[in-house]
Amino acid sequence: MATTQIRPASEELEELEEVWEDDPGIPGFFSTVDHKRIGKRYIYTCFIFFFVGGLIALAMRVQLATPNSTFLSADSYNELFTVHGTTMIFLFNTPVLAGFGNYLLPMMIGTRDMAFPRLNAFSYWVFVFAGIFFFSSFLIGSPPDGGWFAYTPLTTKPFSPGFNLDFWGLGVAFVGISTTVGAINFIVTTFKLRAPGMSLNRLPVYVWSMLVFSFMVIFAVPAVTVAAGLLELDRIFGTAFFAPGAGGSTLLYQHLFWFWGHPEVYILFVPATGMISMIIPVFSRRPIAGYLWIVTALVAIGFMSFGVWVHHMFATGMPALALSFFAAVSLLIAVPSGVQFFAWIATMWHGAVRFTTPMLFAIGFLLIFLLGGITGVMVAVLPFDWQATDSYFIVAHFHYVLNGAVVFPIFGALYFWLPKITGRMLNERLGRVSFWTMFVGFNVTFFPMHILGFLGMPRRVYTYSSGLGWDTLNLLISVGAFVFALGVLLTLINFVVSQRRGERAPDNPWNADSLEWATTSPPPDFNFEAIPVVASRHPLWDQQPLPVADSGPDDATQGFGFAGAHDHTTPITGGLRSVPEGTMRIPEPTVLPCVLAFGLAVFVVGLLAQALIVGVAGLVIGAVGLVWWAWRTGEH
Amino acid sequence: MSRLRHTAVFAWVLAIVIGISACSGSTSAVDAHGSEARHIAGLWWLMFGLAVGVYVVVGGFIIVAALRGRRGTPRRSRISQNMFITVGGVLVPALILLVLAVVTVTTTGALRKAGNNPVRIEVTGERWWWTVRYPDRQIVTANELHIPVGQPVAIGLESDNVVHSFWVPELAGKVDTIPGQRNVLRFTAEKAGTYLGVCAEFCGIQHAHMGFRVIAQSAGAFERWTTAHAEPPREPTSELAADGALRFQRLPCAGCHTVRGSQAHGTVGPDLTDFGSRATIGAGAVENDPSNLARWVRHAQSIKPGALMPNLTLSDDDVRALVSYLESLR
Repeated sequence: MATTQIRPASEELEELEEVWEDDPGIPGFFSTVDHKRIGKRYIYTCFIFFFVGGLIALAMRVQLATPNSTFLSADSYNELFTVHGTTMIFLFNTPVLAGFGNYLLPMMIGTRDMAFPRLNAFSYWVFVFAGIFFFSSFLIGSPPDGGWFAYTPLTTKPFSPGFNLDFWGLGVAFVGISTTVGAINFIVTTFKLRAPGMSLNRLPVYVWSMLVFSFMVIFAVPAVTVAAGLLELDRIFGTAFFAPGAGGSTLLYQHLFWFWGHPEVYILFVPATGMISMIIPVFSRRPIAGYLWIVTALVAIGFMSFGVWVHHMFATGMPALALSFFAAVSLLIAVPSGVQFFAWIATMWHGAVRFTTPMLFAIGFLLIFLLGGITGVMVAVLPFDWQATDSYFIVAHFHYVLNGAVVFPIFGALYFWLPKITGRMLNERLGRVSFWTMFVGFNVTFFPMHILGFLGMPRRVYTYSSGLGWDTLNLLISVGAFVFALGVLLTLINFVVSQRRGERAPDNPWNADSLEWATTSPPPDFNFEAIPVVASRHPLWDQQPLPVADSGPDDATQGFGFAGAHDHTTPITGGLRSVPEGTMRIPEPTVLPCVLAFGLAVFVVGLLAQALIVGVAGLVIGAVGLVWWAWRTGEH
Repeated sequence: MSRLRHTAVFAWVLAIVIGISACSGSTSAVDAHGSEARHIAGLWWLMFGLAVGVYVVVGGFIIVAALRGRRGTPRRSRISQNMFITVGGVLVPALILLVLAVVTVTTTGALRKAGNNPVRIEVTGERWWWTVRYPDRQIVTANELHIPVGQPVAIGLESDNVVHSFWVPELAGKVDTIPGQRNVLRFTAEKAGTYLGVCAEFCGIQHAHMGFRVIAQSAGAFERWTTAHAEPPREPTSELAADGALRFQRLPCAGCHTVRGSQAHGTVGPDLTDFGSRATIGAGAVENDPSNLARWVRHAQSIKPGALMPNLTLSDDDVRALVSYLESLR
């Protein structure tokens, strides 16, 4: 493998573009397997769900702004809070992080696509169909109304006879396929497609975070799939896993649900901190402090997060000894978070901070997560949780974590990486205004909820009586929610305007260190005409100009250079040090992943409607897609 | 900037202290009048102090770290990166967590212990109200618990429908009612008074209206209450109420409700034996007064939509007589 720094001539680049081009028009839309198009589409689709979930939250806040309000009926409120939670967790937070991963991870590790590009397309299509399926419940007037956690027996047939809960149960099981498949793809991509020289200790922290994310997904998601699956078996076929009267167990469901549900919080939080660990060093103009500490902390969080689920069940009457164990682990998990926190502080302390919009969101994240972390420790304290659980204190706590400590990093990531993704800079001034509006709105919305919790306001109530001391705080919260929404709207406007009139983004507008900034903004379809050779944790800071590899004669090195790109391939590497091992052909565009996902969607609809013929039709479509897919692979 | 930050933090702290402590007489968890709530409130103020300290110190570090190099050049520091991480990220949190772990274990050990000769009460979560039984005293009522001050109570919690959660913030933390399982909440009320409780676990359409009251009274007053309520209610004295009693049997009412000492033995809805003495209708949905009751017996669905009490087609005479009868039940 020889290294070179000569860029190919422009006619050669044009040739490459032809090789890598997607089919034009609508067929191209359904057949693309390019990780960047898919990643971008993931992010945009997720934001549509985010806006819908946000509007729903505003409707809920209008209802709760005043006591005894009749703006929403009890039914509608229960449906809306269920849909809000489910949407934000399953259709925004989790998939948007996967979307960023899709777009960024292959470029950060210096390869031309994901390890399984068609599987990647399949993840996206399953996610979209699951989202459409879930929201189609509004069309027949039966959105889920059992809470995003869908506790049994409330959600079993005797207490929830309509279709409402089936949209939830089937939707959750369905979207789980997408998340799991995506996670496998991230793991294989990270282990097998890294640029030569990118040993594990040179991986960007964000890639580490996606790796931890993926392993957690693989171990956690099956639990919620089982929970939702058994619930649907109870509902559709009359099994009695969760029917206490017939020998089933109420708490079994809760254990299954939270065995996924708590790791899920960290599944969201870990990649968000990964983003922060990319943003803070760049705008502190120095490498991140304590790289090894941070990576160890991420891995530790991954493991420990599987030992805390019972802290959601402290009030269920389990024996005190068992509860104490889970309380202890829930306290302990604060240590790796503390490590990350002080690594970020040390990075800024020893650096020189530039106050750009992404950095403002990162600092806002620190100030918000600090409080969310502190209240997280509080609710781990078993007796205190007996008071706090299921009160507004918890609503405050987890919005500080899931909105503040996940959505703020995501917005930071938008301002940071959108210039790379779209080739247009966002407006800095509008970005700052958006940040401050969101930051103030966020705290006005969620901080008073802590106090409401102390004042005895339980969660998930569609209305409340006057005279309990809750009125003023609730009004304040509702005002805050609209301020927060305004801040979000400003970023949306910023995005739309930038696409028409934004400054063109240079390759590396922030003087960042990782490989995605080595290519053009937006990147070409093939990412890198020749794969970079990495010799540092911060290639763009330490290796100027960045050396790239040439294609060699043998299979192990054929994929590296221009010739490899021209053959529609990318190199495979292996081992801790990422040495060349082979060359992988990147598949051509194909609609088969979409067909398979569609078949599954039809099958799910068949289950919902309990229409045998529809279910069978779905399975047939899926099977045809799958067989055809496998067949073509054989040819190549 | 830094001063602004500190002012903001101070304002927050002030807001919590005022917000939480100024609301006596409502449902505040730190306005504790029960043994368990008092322990937990103590725990809270300890954690609150620690939290404010941690937030101010760490928040201060964040602000200073962000600002000190704003001129564009890093400044030298005696605190190394590793010092930040080992001291700030590991040692100090570990110490604080150790303290919290110890307090958690000791407080947990002190709470919910089987006491001497407790007053036994069985509470069942219904949709969307509470059955209250005193197994030792032949009393069945709904949505109101009377307990003696200074004597331990053991509240057995069950449900034969969905999961609910029993919560009286001023007296104790929550305990769920889980179908197929019996939980027990034990505490001692330390001050006489009426404490509001709610269902804290989402349990369906009327989760918001599943309130109850705990009336803590002196041992003597409690004894008088139990003695009086062990007896069936007196026969209606007014003619209108007596008419109401007859109509109660003839109309659908008796199919779902029990009035001890009468022919009404329904078990779907709340026992109404002492209905006239209760503070609210529909588990906290509205105050218990004749005009609300008149609306309730006809149009329960307009007051508590989705409740299992249906709207009833009643004549004006029915309503007048029923209201008079029900309000006479004490």
